Amino acid sequence: MSEHEYTPASKFGKWFNDRLPLLTLASHLTDYPTPKNLNYWWTFGGILTFCLITQIVTGLTLAMHYIAHADMAFESVEHIMRDVNYGWLIRYIHSNGASMFFLAVYIHIFRSLFYGSYKSPREIIWIIGIIIYLLMMAAAFMGYVLPWGQMSFWGATVITNLFSAIPLVGEGIVTWLWGGYSVDNPTLTRFFTLHYLIPFLILGLVVLHIWALHVPGNNNPVGIDVKKPSKDTVPFHPYIVIKDAFALLMFMIVFAFFIFYSPNILGHADNYIEANPMVTPAHIVPEWYLLPFYAILRSVPDKLLGVIAMLSAILILAALPWLDTSKIRSAVFRPLYKQFYWILVVDVLILGYMGAMPAEGLYLLIARVATAYYFLHFLVVLPVLGFKEKTLPVPLSITEPVLGGTPSLAAAKQKESFEK
Amino acid sequence: MKNFIRSLVIITLFCFSINHSYSAETTKLLKTDWSFKGLFGKFDRGSLQRGYQVYTEVCASCHSMKYLSYRNLGEKGGPEFSEAEVKAIAASFEVIDGPNADGEMFERSGKPSDKFVMPYDNVKAAQAANGGAYPPDMSVLVKARGGGVDYIYSLLQGYEETPSGMTLDEGVHYNKYMYGNKIRMAAPLSDGIVEYGDGTEATVEQMSKDVTTFLMWAAEPHLESRHQMGFKAIVYLIILTILVYFSMKKIWSRVESEV
Repeated sequence: MSEHEYTPASKFGKWFNDRLPLLTLASHLTDYPTPKNLNYWWTFGGILTFCLITQIVTGLTLAMHYIAHADMAFESVEHIMRDVNYGWLIRYIHSNGASMFFLAVYIHIFRSLFYGSYKSPREIIWIIGIIIYLLMMAAAFMGYVLPWGQMSFWGATVITNLFSAIPLVGEGIVTWLWGGYSVDNPTLTRFFTLHYLIPFLILGLVVLHIWALHVPGNNNPVGIDVKKPSKDTVPFHPYIVIKDAFALLMFMIVFAFFIFYSPNILGHADNYIEANPMVTPAHIVPEWYLLPFYAILRSVPDKLLGVIAMLSAILILAALPWLDTSKIRSAVFRPLYKQFYWILVVDVLILGYMGAMPAEGLYLLIARVATAYYFLHFLVVLPVLGFKEKTLPVPLSITEPVLGGTPSLAAAKQKESFEK
Repeated sequence: MKNFIRSLVIITLFCFSINHSYSAETTKLLKTDWSFKGLFGKFDRGSLQRGYQVYTEVCASCHSMKYLSYRNLGEKGGPEFSEAEVKAIAASFEVIDGPNADGEMFERSGKPSDKFVMPYDNVKAAQAANGGAYPPDMSVLVKARGGGVDYIYSLLQGYEETPSGMTLDEGVHYNKYMYGNKIRMAAPLSDGIVEYGDGTEATVEQMSKDVTTFLMWAAEPHLESRHQMGFKAIVYLIILTILVYFSMKKIWSRVESEV
């Protein structure tokens, strides 16, 4: 940001900008040099920002009509669905919006994994991203509790009970979390408060995430550093703005299909039954986006170890920049990593499927193998691969991605001096 | 771009398959052609009105519908009874109101703004009257069951002779589609149990379809406007997407070579 020089045209603009350089910021954002070879997987950053804003706006509107009370929450949701003007629309956008948010964030994360966007010098962007992802899961979980249906209640019971696995103080912590001796009204009101708070924390972290991104600039499909600004980059506006807008619109079409034609398909039918502490549902399952971690939790026979495994599965991602020892970022030039990458994708999908199935027999066995493989990928495959893998020749710039064979050092030097 | 769409489709399908496995039924549910499915799906007005009749004459003696008001019966997208009909329907129920100026509760005839009158005073009373089983509230029942309308439609027609080798407790009935095949509710419908005003023959199949349609509307009273708005929204988005696509092509043509 510092190398950016900008002087407003108008006198007032100059006066204002000297005191608060908002115009410099705006100019930086529009001119921000972006690699021109970004593909559509890169549009999900913008899509995620849209998802966050949508969730906040619809959430605020819902909060005006929702009543956080164990006796009235379910009814107030029905009131929103029936009597509030377009309440059904706002609620369906919000509930499906959570799913779309996670769909987008998983694509965003797996894009990062494929193109090595987490590697130096982008570790901080990545770690902030993982914190955002954790907060998203917390917000989504608590949001799912608010309608106070059967799955809300029992989901809250199962997840909060995980803390009882902590030795010695576990039970005390659970009581403290609940604000009583079971999930009840105090639990609901605090979940509502936190569900309201977390999106704004996420918003703040998103600002940091983007700020940290703007220091080294975007990674790109080739995974090499680009000189900026240069022939390899385009200004953010209008090039990336219009491309993001196009991708966002396509995403919105999918989103709209869910809202208008299958608004309940991603939810569980049991959540339209009012919470009843005396009746346990036949299967307690979390929302689809938490299923892989739920499968990891259940595949460990010991409760405490299961909780540790589940948390490690997420936190291990934060260590990824150091677990991956390869200097090459993009999987395009890493033939072996590319294969392991797709195995990991399949592994996570299998875990998700097993999370929805009862934890018994063959399902449990497959879930255990998939869990073991998940950790194997990060703890063994990635560190070893960096040393063993024979990578393909990496081009010198994205304008000339293919030079045919290994570029000679002399040619590179010559090119560099030529550019100077 | 191709890869991108392919992956999106796979992920979406995967989510669907998970969801379907949630509600995996052992018995195949009966199917019928629901008028409210699809892009332009609308309720069959006649079916909704007949369905209300089945609900109020058969189901309502045990099942409440606490989130609905009589005024809903006249609203657009519902059974669309006329204003006079809605008033007459509401007036046919006795509602407890109060307290009045003397501090007494009193009975009066219903108004369109009243909620549907509950068959029992509370859950305990409902359980006591039904051998310990609570007849679930029907306001959102179709959304609260895996299989939705097909499940309710099948369940109503799923009563059969108890298979040999299966013993049922007193007051428990065999139903092919019920979870565990045991249900407290006796077969609620039999041919001709209601007499339709429009001359439709009141077979069990017909009544099941009508009352299920009515329950679908009760659970999703804005379904019709949702479908209408959805179609407009998606057409709008598609047109806008096409326009933005060509703008994008134009703008990017300034960059010498696309990589």
